[in-house]
Amino acid sequence: MGATIATFRSPGGIHPAYHKDLAAEQAIREMPLPSALIVSMSQHLGKPAIPTVKKGDSVLRGQVIGSPAGFISAAVHAPTSGTVKLVAATPTASGPRADAITIDPDGEDTWIDGITPCPDWRQLEKADIVNRIAAGGISGMGGAGFPTHVKVSPPPETLIDTLILNGAECEPYLTADYRLMLEHAAQIWEGALIIARALDAHTIRVAIEDNKPAAIAAMQAAIPAEAGDAAVVALKTEYPQGAEKQQIFAVTGRTVPAGGLPLSVGVVVENVGTTLAVWDAVVNGRPLTERVTTVTGGSIVQPANVRARLGTTYADLVAFCGGTTGPVAKIISGGPMMGFAQADTSVATTKTTSGLLLLGPDAVHAYESQPCVSCGRCVGVCPMNLMPNELSQFLEAEDYEAAEAYNVMDCMECGCCAFECPAHRPLVQHMRRGKAQVMLNRRKQ
Amino acid sequence: MTPILATSLTIGGAGLACSGLLALAARFLSVEEDPRVEEVTNILPGANCGGCGFAGCANYAEAIIVDNAAINLCAPGGADVLKSLADMLGQTAQAAEHKVAIVLCNGDTANAPRKFEYNGVADCHAAHAIGGGDKLCSYGCLGYASCARVCPVGAIEMTGGIAKVHPDLCISCTACVKACPRQLIKMVPSARTIHVLCSSKDKGPAVKKACKVGCIGCTLCTKQVDDEQIKMEGFLAVVDYAKPLDSDAPIEKCPTHCIVRT
Amino acid sequence: MSDLTIVSSSPHAHSGTSVQRIMLDVIVAMLPALAAAIYFFGWDAVRLVSACVLACVAAEAVARKWMGRDLGVYDLSAVITGMLLAFNLPPSLPTWMAVVGSVFAIVIAKQLFGGIGYNPFNPALAGRVMLLISFPVFMTSWSQWVIPAPIGIDAVTTATPLGLVKTAVLSGGALPFTFNSSTALQLFLGNQNGCIGEVSAAALLLGGLYLLWRRCISWHIPGAYLGTVAIFSGILWLLNPEQNLSPLFHVLAGGLMLGALFMATDMVTSPVTKRGMLVFGAGCGVLTMLIRKWGGYPEGVSFAIILMNAITPLINRATRPRVFGGVKSGKKTS
Repeated sequence: MGATIATFRSPGGIHPAYHKDLAAEQAIREMPLPSALIVSMSQHLGKPAIPTVKKGDSVLRGQVIGSPAGFISAAVHAPTSGTVKLVAATPTASGPRADAITIDPDGEDTWIDGITPCPDWRQLEKADIVNRIAAGGISGMGGAGFPTHVKVSPPPETLIDTLILNGAECEPYLTADYRLMLEHAAQIWEGALIIARALDAHTIRVAIEDNKPAAIAAMQAAIPAEAGDAAVVALKTEYPQGAEKQQIFAVTGRTVPAGGLPLSVGVVVENVGTTLAVWDAVVNGRPLTERVTTVTGGSIVQPANVRARLGTTYADLVAFCGGTTGPVAKIISGGPMMGFAQADTSVATTKTTSGLLLLGPDAVHAYESQPCVSCGRCVGVCPMNLMPNELSQFLEAEDYEAAEAYNVMDCMECGCCAFECPAHRPLVQHMRRGKAQVMLNRRKQ
Repeated sequence: MTPILATSLTIGGAGLACSGLLALAARFLSVEEDPRVEEVTNILPGANCGGCGFAGCANYAEAIIVDNAAINLCAPGGADVLKSLADMLGQTAQAAEHKVAIVLCNGDTANAPRKFEYNGVADCHAAHAIGGGDKLCSYGCLGYASCARVCPVGAIEMTGGIAKVHPDLCISCTACVKACPRQLIKMVPSARTIHVLCSSKDKGPAVKKACKVGCIGCTLCTKQVDDEQIKMEGFLAVVDYAKPLDSDAPIEKCPTHCIVRT
Repeated sequence: MSDLTIVSSSPHAHSGTSVQRIMLDVIVAMLPALAAAIYFFGWDAVRLVSACVLACVAAEAVARKWMGRDLGVYDLSAVITGMLLAFNLPPSLPTWMAVVGSVFAIVIAKQLFGGIGYNPFNPALAGRVMLLISFPVFMTSWSQWVIPAPIGIDAVTTATPLGLVKTAVLSGGALPFTFNSSTALQLFLGNQNGCIGEVSAAALLLGGLYLLWRRCISWHIPGAYLGTVAIFSGILWLLNPEQNLSPLFHVLAGGLMLGALFMATDMVTSPVTKRGMLVFGAGCGVLTMLIRKWGGYPEGVSFAIILMNAITPLINRATRPRVFGGVKSGKKTS
């Protein structure tokens, strides 16, 4: 049981410098409560939650302070006890503003009444599991932030046979999921069993890149006896092995149709951090109020994997990690391949903040976009088999119809193309603009 | 001589055959069209600017003939084109008020600081989508010339990091209005010359931090006019262009000098 | 840099490559062939290469300035154009002709189309073809060369091996020399008549291997090109060994090695997809052999590549990869 199996290869892919050694050996550190928490209502994919508290209200840890605004949305809970200082539109890490609730912690960290552990989750109905996940406000913690309760309640006619736990963590620098797998392997496996039960999935695979042998060993050693068809799969280390469709192909050999969802091939993929949060919500009854974030980069004095409350500002995280070593040229929320560059450290963490990366001037270069020389490298490395060269030229000419015909909407913005482009063309930025405009044009029709 | 003759015959014959085909095609594949459409197209200035709301001059001409579209929609054509159209179609039409575009932001490089170094596609939409734009003021002109690039007559000049419309060159096509991701460009009657060159909806202190020439919402200007020619929309003073205004008092009273005469 | 942080779209990591870096690699890869050219042709090689490189760089700088663009010579592409053009010239060509070809290559074939990245044809080849058509006598005057023959009856000629074959076949005569392993070795090393940079297959292969190792080119175009020529000539050879030389001769003779490794692989003018590269290489191979066997010119590499350059956009379109998870037709259903 649990033998590591060889993997298929997806198209494309790159081998960036990983820099994981900065924080990989740092055990997860608990961060004390900061002086203020700025809790965004937009921590997940879909509609932002609606604030349910107002300035001056007292809140307790785990209390709902934002209620989901529709089906594809998630509840937001107070990360600690304290007083609501402000409810206002605040910039998010990805740019646009969203409502955020600023909480003054009282230092007591009192949990709200009614937290009901359920160690006997095996007796729960599927719907009850889904309800407990929804009540926990859990959304994907790998990056996209898709609400988990939606993912684990597929339409009844859809048959899901495989659950994949995504522990690839293919983004350079980031080590949060790696530490979780080392330190919480048993809980992650129990979370996986819970999700598998909700889905009726009989097969569980944990996908980990083969540059993390310790995590592979830890997860393999922790495979529970009751798990049935469960195994750890070592993926060839190649970015983006953590991308959903590419990972499903690598692990199961199944191809998710372009524009389709993984459940159309009977697979659900959950990030290992999300799985741990599911375990906490179902077994302990505790909603999602904290997460592990890798604070790293050449400019951080003590790179670390920090368990911090949601809403902790980047400035507080940096201070907790000993501050900066010198001038900072770039602040990135997330990893270097898909993260968002920030103007400053005023933004706060959310459920999707997997990393905070501070780079010095030596690691950052400003580039000027040059004409495409048709070297074709972007075409070769695109995991979706697109032609970024052609697309970027269509989009520079604002020919959105041509871009749509060349499948711009299938771009997942992984950044392989721009990483390899010798002309330093901002290919991903072109794609983003193109995708936004195509969406706009579709809505107009 | 034979090769030369053969060559001439071959090439000449091929030419004749092709012209015959073309003649046939013109005869049988032609599309019947109201001849007035072409006449109207010829009257229109041919700028194909799209300001009338149709894809180009020919489309507008067709709309006039087929769908009875109003004949006063062509801004670049002005009074002359309107008169020609009215004469030709036997209609009378009121000339639409002449409007020109104006960029309601005066926060140039000297007055409005940046909040980060933007490195990417030199396009306002692209810049606006990254971190909300590199200007500290989240309403101000980003200066990546998306409007200037779509202007068919080159009436928009980028100066000091912001866009300026030259009103005498503007043909009122509104292409720039649609191109601005921050909706900073408005069409205003060319007769009006007093403007509040700010679009920031932020409160006074926030505006002050972001720009030296922004409207801080002090409401002083609204007290200098007698008929609400300038009124407050939230924290922003806005000129009501429907009403004539020709007083220097608001300009003189504005503490941040964001009211100007053009 | 100001004290503000830099904000840009993801990704924030880069492989570190650049156009300039790739061009530098190509120049390095051409050094063995340059050394071979100097060894075999001496002063003439130095004269032509320096004339072409200087003329190309100067023409690029002047053209960019005239067009109101920033100076584009730092990407080193003009240096490559100059070297490649010189490699494609016979040793006795007057310097002024080399300069004319260089200026044509840069100004007409490259900058007028918009500069690097926008030229549909390989500029060096465009320059060579222009010279070949304008000055056919000068462009086909070769130095004296002793045909290495096994039985000791060495003959002196002023034609290229391919030229000898073409003349012989056109006059209906027998093949002018026998091709065996020792002749092959001489051709491989570069002891043959031809343009200064094309004679030594060994030196060119060395550079080609460097380019492959540096990932500046992939094997697809040279592989398909050389393979197609070998198969095509092999079939002719098997059908009639009296009138056709062996595939090895066709691979080693003329400008094929230079064309397949350095000119057909020009990034700008060749397809971007792997399948497209195979099609492109095979097309070059077929055209080269058609011209060598039945065309008016003894050598067809330049024309073959130029013609395939012209249909590169079509090849790109036809070989667009199917989107991951896409349906067979390559179109999305939703």
